[in-house]
Amino acid sequence: MATNLRRTDVVIIGLGATGGVAALPLAQAGLDVVGLEAGTWLAPADLSPDELRNNFRGWPQTVQKANREVPTHRPNASAPYSPRPAIHPMMNAVGGTTLHYWAQSWRLNPWDFKVVSDTRRRYGAAKLPKGTTVEDWPFGLEELEPYYDKVEVEIGVSGQAGNVGGKIDPRGNIFEGPRARAYPMPPLRGTGFTEMMAGAARSLGWHPFPGPAAITSGRYEGRSGCVYHGFCNRGGCHVSAKGSTAVTTIPKAQRTKRLTVVTEAHVTSIDVDAQGRVGGVTYRKGSEEFFQPASVVLLASYTYENVRLLLLSTSKAFPKGLSNNHGQVGRHYFSHNQIATVNALFPRNLNTWYGLPAQGIAVDDWADDNFDHGALDFIGGGNLWIYSDRRPIAAANMSTFGRAPRWGAQWKAFIRENADRGNTAYLQRTTLPYEDNYLDLDPAVKDPLGFPVCRITADYKENERRLADFTQDKMTQWYRAAGAVATQKTPVGTMGPTTHAYGGTRMGDNPETNVVDRWGFAHEVPNLGILGASVMGTSGARNPTLTAQALAWRTAEHLAANWKSIAT
Amino acid sequence: MSADNPDRPDGLSRRALLGRVTALGAFVALTDVLPSAGDAEAQTRRAPAREPLETLTQAEADNLEAITARLIPADPAGPGAAEARAAHYIDRALGGALAGSRDAYRAGLAGIDAYARAAKGAPFAQLAAADQDAVLSDVERNTATGFEGAAAFFNLVLSHTVQGTFGDPFYGGNRNFAGWDLIGYPGVRLAVAAEQQNLDAKPAATHMSAYDYSMFSSRKPAHGD
Repeated sequence: MATNLRRTDVVIIGLGATGGVAALPLAQAGLDVVGLEAGTWLAPADLSPDELRNNFRGWPQTVQKANREVPTHRPNASAPYSPRPAIHPMMNAVGGTTLHYWAQSWRLNPWDFKVVSDTRRRYGAAKLPKGTTVEDWPFGLEELEPYYDKVEVEIGVSGQAGNVGGKIDPRGNIFEGPRARAYPMPPLRGTGFTEMMAGAARSLGWHPFPGPAAITSGRYEGRSGCVYHGFCNRGGCHVSAKGSTAVTTIPKAQRTKRLTVVTEAHVTSIDVDAQGRVGGVTYRKGSEEFFQPASVVLLASYTYENVRLLLLSTSKAFPKGLSNNHGQVGRHYFSHNQIATVNALFPRNLNTWYGLPAQGIAVDDWADDNFDHGALDFIGGGNLWIYSDRRPIAAANMSTFGRAPRWGAQWKAFIRENADRGNTAYLQRTTLPYEDNYLDLDPAVKDPLGFPVCRITADYKENERRLADFTQDKMTQWYRAAGAVATQKTPVGTMGPTTHAYGGTRMGDNPETNVVDRWGFAHEVPNLGILGASVMGTSGARNPTLTAQALAWRTAEHLAANWKSIAT
Repeated sequence: MSADNPDRPDGLSRRALLGRVTALGAFVALTDVLPSAGDAEAQTRRAPAREPLETLTQAEADNLEAITARLIPADPAGPGAAEARAAHYIDRALGGALAGSRDAYRAGLAGIDAYARAAKGAPFAQLAAADQDAVLSDVERNTATGFEGAAAFFNLVLSHTVQGTFGDPFYGGNRNFAGWDLIGYPGVRLAVAAEQQNLDAKPAATHMSAYDYSMFSSRKPAHGD
């Protein structure tokens, strides 16, 4: 029998990227917030520069919830299951995956909010890919701009603005939408390699710029500047330069005395009353079960767990899962088309042993609708990104470009010469939702508590494949212009478990096709808010976290401003 | 390429000798009895005895030692996976973080040995280097008759051998930073200056494990994890 706890105003499920942000405006508004986090606090000394632990062993010192709930995947409903990874791409801790994410903190570009109407207007309706369920967002970039701005300041984003109030600055991204003001910090510094690549991009007539990152480029709000030590990628930051919510918004919210953080709280259901309103959540901590009553619940775990918890939370009012009477929970799922990339081999050492994935140069000339698609057979585009980052095991696992076998004396000779001569781009591309890509509960595979894990049924379609090929060609051109002697395109892959998982609880005005309304509250359950990329209907060509955080702030602020109508 | 030739001028392959040594079950590393040619430092540096086994049986360990020594062989330019103690890394990890692979190693090492006996007439560890390479190539290509799952096991051992050679020495491999020196990794630093990221900069090797730094030495992962 669950122990009943004292009622609170708001309970947040998950104190990661979005829950950790939403807690702050709620607490500042004077609402009592309980944050339920499956993981624990991690200290800077826990975040060691250890490639084996961080990149191969799934953070053994943290709570192993996510790693035991890795979603299953099949490309389509009649295809065999893909091999199930041993490690979940996300982790459990206060701050969640913002502890070890790359921290690239992009705003979406204006086109990403109106893919349908812009495509119709510029190319005609027939240009939209067959089977896509994409919709325009219920608002444009200008609606989200103030929230991007708030989050950039709170977590500390460094970057070079390219468009302040409509004034274009060629040092930044000339394609970005207007910003109210510059970034709170200048961009992370360049390196010999990134400067070499920027020069090559300019020689092609492109517009390279340093990308934005939630990483301090100097001292900021009492936090150290980045030390570029090379273990940022799936490693945490031992000097708290990474703007994880664990070192920014969560402690700030705690200082209001309105936020209570409960660690090692494993939420198993969101519970509704007879009227179909959310009444609180049930969670386990150790061997004990608790019920936390709340006037409002914000679900902020991660796309897979958001969907799974809704589907597991069945009741008389919601027999198919919470807020799923329209059958939209799990629909419009997509993972970012970012697997296909380009490997390059240079005839010289690049000295990229240090740095971080966010220390790089972007090219947006081939992203979104920044170029004419009239003669092309796809819509959307890709952000081309190169960066300084290498660790020894990863270096040893580099491609041999057909120049050596995978092992033995010849391999050893190859790796001795080339370990610091390879580079791999990061290419993020427009990805669309389709009618037959979705999430549901796996009929067979269960977690240790006996609950079904999330199942992904999804694959990339023609638009994603053509776009991948196109951006790989552009990237190849860039590498060759910089002097690469060999390049190699990698396959597009499939939509297995990923850190960029979108949709499943999409945001939109139409309750027939969307789970949450334009404010992030469930159409069917007015006191249930949902945070995270699961509400996003398009991906853009860039990392989702800042957009998910801006949306989370906006949802929280809306809740505080409309407390009476939402909470009662 | 002569630098990569594992055969010694005296006609005895290093690996054949290692096989004889390990077949006797001696806790002796190759370099104790056989300094690697052309590496003056190695000739004066006595490698330590093989560590006590933590998970594998002696026969499994001998087999694994021989496999890792062919995957990343020692040569005149420097030590390989055996000297980096990749097998020790694997032996320890199979009792902890890689425990899920213990059964795969039991079956896979037996499979390689059985195939070596069938195809070459001797246990894998006692074969000459060229025969060991031929056996491993068949295993890699999944053409080792009677060895089910050969290619998957090959990939597993290769990935763990790379981890044990190039991972942080805290975990029992990468002895004397052999792996990091091989690829020119300048090592773990807690902060990196701008000039150390210039194209032609060559930061000196730190030869430090993450857990040699006082900030992290009190938060070491558990043994085997």
